[in-house]
Amino acid sequence: MNAPFEGIGASVRRKEDLRFISGRGNYTDDINRPNQTYAVFRRSDRPHANIISIDTSAAKSAPGVVAVYTAEDLAAIGGLPCGWQIHSKDGSPMAEPKHPVLAEGKVRHVGDPIAVVIAETKQQARDAAELIEIDLQDLPATATVTDALKSGAAQIHDNAPGNVCYDWHIGDKEATEAAFAKAAKIVKLDLENNRLVPNAMEPRVAIGDYDRHTSDYTLFTTSQNPHVIRLLMGAFVLGLPEHKLRVVAPDVGGGFGSKIYHYAEEATVTWAAGKLGRPVKWTADRTESFMSDAHGRDHVSTAEMALDAQGNFLALRVNTLANMGAYLSTFAPAVPTYLYATLLAGTYRTPVIYAEVKAVFTNTVPVDAYRGAGRPEATFLLERLVDTICHDTGFDPVAIRLQNFIPKDAFPYQTPVALQYDSGDYFTTMEVAMKNADYAGFPARKAAAAAKGKLRGIGISTYLEACGIAPSAVVGSLGARAGLYEVANIRVHPTGSVSVFTGTHSHGQGHETTLAQLVTSQLGVPFSQVEIVHGDTNRIPFGMGTYGSRSLAVGGTAMVKAMDKIIAKGKKIAAHLLEASVDDIEFADGSFKVAGTDRAKTLSEIALTAYVPHNYPITEIEPGLDETAFYDPANFTFPGGCHVCEVEIDPETGVTSIVNFTAVDDVGRVINPMIVEGQVQGGVAQGIGQALLEHAVYDSNAQLLSGSFMDYTMPRADNLTNISVATENTLCTHNPLGVKGCGEVGAIGSPPAVMNAVISALKDYGVRHMNMPASPEKIWGIINAGRKAAE
Amino acid sequence: MPQVTLTVNGKTSTVEVEGRTLLVELLREKLGLTGTHVGCDTSQCGACVVHVDGNSVKSCTMLAVQADGSSVTTIEGLAKADGTLHPMQEMFREHHALQCGFCTPGMVMAAVDLVAKNPQGLSEEQIRHGLEGNLCRCTGYHNIVKAIDAAQPLMHAK
Repeated sequence: MNAPFEGIGASVRRKEDLRFISGRGNYTDDINRPNQTYAVFRRSDRPHANIISIDTSAAKSAPGVVAVYTAEDLAAIGGLPCGWQIHSKDGSPMAEPKHPVLAEGKVRHVGDPIAVVIAETKQQARDAAELIEIDLQDLPATATVTDALKSGAAQIHDNAPGNVCYDWHIGDKEATEAAFAKAAKIVKLDLENNRLVPNAMEPRVAIGDYDRHTSDYTLFTTSQNPHVIRLLMGAFVLGLPEHKLRVVAPDVGGGFGSKIYHYAEEATVTWAAGKLGRPVKWTADRTESFMSDAHGRDHVSTAEMALDAQGNFLALRVNTLANMGAYLSTFAPAVPTYLYATLLAGTYRTPVIYAEVKAVFTNTVPVDAYRGAGRPEATFLLERLVDTICHDTGFDPVAIRLQNFIPKDAFPYQTPVALQYDSGDYFTTMEVAMKNADYAGFPARKAAAAAKGKLRGIGISTYLEACGIAPSAVVGSLGARAGLYEVANIRVHPTGSVSVFTGTHSHGQGHETTLAQLVTSQLGVPFSQVEIVHGDTNRIPFGMGTYGSRSLAVGGTAMVKAMDKIIAKGKKIAAHLLEASVDDIEFADGSFKVAGTDRAKTLSEIALTAYVPHNYPITEIEPGLDETAFYDPANFTFPGGCHVCEVEIDPETGVTSIVNFTAVDDVGRVINPMIVEGQVQGGVAQGIGQALLEHAVYDSNAQLLSGSFMDYTMPRADNLTNISVATENTLCTHNPLGVKGCGEVGAIGSPPAVMNAVISALKDYGVRHMNMPASPEKIWGIINAGRKAAE
Repeated sequence: MPQVTLTVNGKTSTVEVEGRTLLVELLREKLGLTGTHVGCDTSQCGACVVHVDGNSVKSCTMLAVQADGSSVTTIEGLAKADGTLHPMQEMFREHHALQCGFCTPGMVMAAVDLVAKNPQGLSEEQIRHGLEGNLCRCTGYHNIVKAIDAAQPLMHAK
């Protein structure tokens, strides 16, 4: 019997599942260190206030308390750094106020940490935290970008006048205005992209540890990128050199962006462990997650499209206000600029575009990249605008998209907003999506639904996204303060099994499976003989982690490059053993062969020779078979596709049910189809959540109202339906695997498909636009108002 | 401090707990059974579901003292002693019903109880309804529903 095919293209069942389904995962909260203490943070319950006094005396003398710290104790350490610097239109750098680890003099959002209690047990720490007396003097507070920009609005930071972080723009303003002046029709839409809470199921955890004898620090943390945390916390906050700081991110229970950033709790427990000489463990409860994990989205925009009489897009003009929250999180300034405004061409050949983006401080939790990060906001704006054009002008939503798509033969395609797309075919993904969704059969289904008293709607969205983050020189010129390459170390062991040390990090993506498939295909090593190691700065040479759908396009390519080196070295060893010229050695299916003969050596034989170099060209090459590669991508990758959503609304309750959801995505070469489907389904579910259910709500005083799962509506199994996923792929032209990325496409394409469907279902009620989420309350209000007007 | 005696995965233990200690804290912190997870503080997410005397229970909702004298099964105790996986565990793997794995123990324990209590068989809609108490942020539930459906005949065949 042949061994099952387990290389590129096979739906191999996941290696990691065996430990997860049997309760043997190793998440950060499962780790306990000898002589461990527990940290509990006392956080602000006010959105904006001066700290008049903090009295920790009662807490310090409470049972089991080891220490209580406030900002005063942390005076010697730095603030939390921001990884990106944006320049405003006038060339000035963004306002970059200090983000203290513990609040200094002022609190700026509900959840801002003021003090930390460290005790022998978590319960003792929790009890003592309540004994801290904090005298706060309330200040006026603001939660929304529009309020924060009003004259007379409360100033959140002294060095950010008017609460503006930056006032940035991209594109050709004059050409855009000229095109608008000539337009036959201009369609304008005001829209909001609702604030979300990422809510990975595993709350954040951080354990600091310190060895007094070696002065080595260790941080165990729920991170998507342990090396980035080592860099940010070591260099900018605590002043620790790399060799004295180990960061471990073991099994991590979901991230979706929220575990990219360096957080105050990580720095606090690491610093405190050094101070106390004992391990310090902090585990967030969900309430803390809601008020301390970076939130996502929160844009207020105006979009205008200029069209000619035939419906060709002539120019796009966009104005966006982006909420940064109270402080700049690690990647926050990049999200509404280089991950958003550069995507405003979308799938369309709009010749000129001009976008202005103002980033604004408010008294809310910092906002940063959440699954899709900027690209869902751009896609929502464009695809709602296109459907609004159809609403206002009578153009057909399918025809107008086909008419304005970037032609198949136009790649590489230079957009007017900086990006150059390498490949794509938006016609095919749309054609297949419409077929899979039986778009043509919709009128009959709508009529059948109407006969049952239900309102049916169908919505299309097409999208383009940029991922595979990122070419370092490009992002460096745009303000990134780090490179975004990736690193892989491939170690062929003496008997031929392989360990891969990757700088990417898996927190649900299944890297231990997908990346092993790359090795099986390229080196011919059986899947069971490949181990993927990630998440520990002491084991992996370096790395930038996992976000922006980069692991395969960047990290996978680093592996390919390292395996190329393994093969090149193996050829030299094989040439020696087989007494042939290196140029005559071919490598295929795990074996080095003299071309045109049956003389061959397996990779295992070569590996053994490399480690037991008794008959070895020792003067020409080194022993061992262990290679490392750094790979910096030439460009972003550009997945695209089409999502079609069909909804049914119950007019009696206003509840929207998703009856069909069809995704057809171009993600480049697929390594494991089962995993790709799962990634898209999960992304679509989050997109449906954004469109129908989720909203992080602050009241007008900036108090967080939706601060628990009781108040924030997470999608549940019975809110969703089966999600049809297919791919129609074009290959990325600038990486050897031809891969693009699939982690974010679901969350990018789906929200406008859902909203276009909802608005289509409410066509008879005169609805032109609705902001997300399309809650039953909003929809029932519209239907009921329509009924009252009719009576 | 109160003493609690309970049988977990077939092994009887007596432990001292505070009156306010939750069953999940006892399992994770006193018995080292870290397969049961805590995902929220409002009994909404279901990551902590275990079986207490044959019924699925959110172990963050039950005080440890309430479990005195009970028999508890956690995810660690679901497979047979020889390591043979329960059909629900098998189907979760076969149908890619987990990604990050954090909700999985609670999801599997809830699903086992759901299927066991409904030998007449469950429709897709009934499975979705039955999962209302368990949150997953990764999968969109699609493959979880498929896995539970596939586990039904395997569990009932026994």
